[in-house]
Amino acid sequence: MTDDAATTFTYVTFIRTTPDRLWSALTEPAFVKQYWFGATIESDWKIGSTWKLVFEDGRVADGGEVLEFEPPRRLVLKWRNEWKPEFKAEGYSRCTMELEPMEGAVKLSITHAMDRADSQFIHAVSGGWPRILSNLKSLQETGEIALKDKSADRSH
Amino acid sequence: MKDMNPVFKVLADRTRRHLLDRLHTRNGQTLGELCEGMEMTRQAVTQHLALLEQANLIAVQRQGREKLHYFNPVPIHAIYERWIRKFEQPRLNALHDLKNRLERK
Repeated sequence: MTDDAATTFTYVTFIRTTPDRLWSALTEPAFVKQYWFGATIESDWKIGSTWKLVFEDGRVADGGEVLEFEPPRRLVLKWRNEWKPEFKAEGYSRCTMELEPMEGAVKLSITHAMDRADSQFIHAVSGGWPRILSNLKSLQETGEIALKDKSADRSH
Repeated sequence: MKDMNPVFKVLADRTRRHLLDRLHTRNGQTLGELCEGMEMTRQAVTQHLALLEQANLIAVQRQGREKLHYFNPVPIHAIYERWIRKFEQPRLNALHDLKNRLERK
């Protein structure tokens, strides 16, 4: 049975790197900044601690609580958008990141779910995750990011 | 994304594109749900799903006794990054909308 009262998206990518390097890329601020379009992640990564994703200008983009932290395998975050009132009003979602070593690569699965049908927030992040993962993949494999701007189609 | 062959191969089939469309409409379906309305055996649907999973176009997750199938947009995003992104998105959107509107009438 599928739970109709939930919105879930999942993203899977294979990155030619090691679980330890990928884990650092997901949890170390300086590393995150390189592929998350200038935003960075802050937390002491203890279970029950808060975490936040901070834009370059200091605004908090997203935040929540660390639910599971098992380096270099599994990271689960309680996650809420903090800067768009309509997304924030939807409350907390849950983001699970799983790393699985394969031959010469790591399978990274990211599942972002919210217990409400048709979550606008989950739909919005569904456009963001593939871009972030694409940057993360090129950074790990080549040392350079593919996309410099958050959105080439946004007029400034 | 060096080797895109598996993705294109797997997409070169109407049934598999149809299965992706169905997951795109409603993500996270069971095999049983995906078989509904398909004019083929459960086994054939299973095989198509296995190919989609091998090409990383879908991700399968266990939930209790069920396996849920999710559309994985990452490989198609790679195609987009490779060939489409550099063209101006608003113009492409406008063209896409125009085509949709014209074809509907």
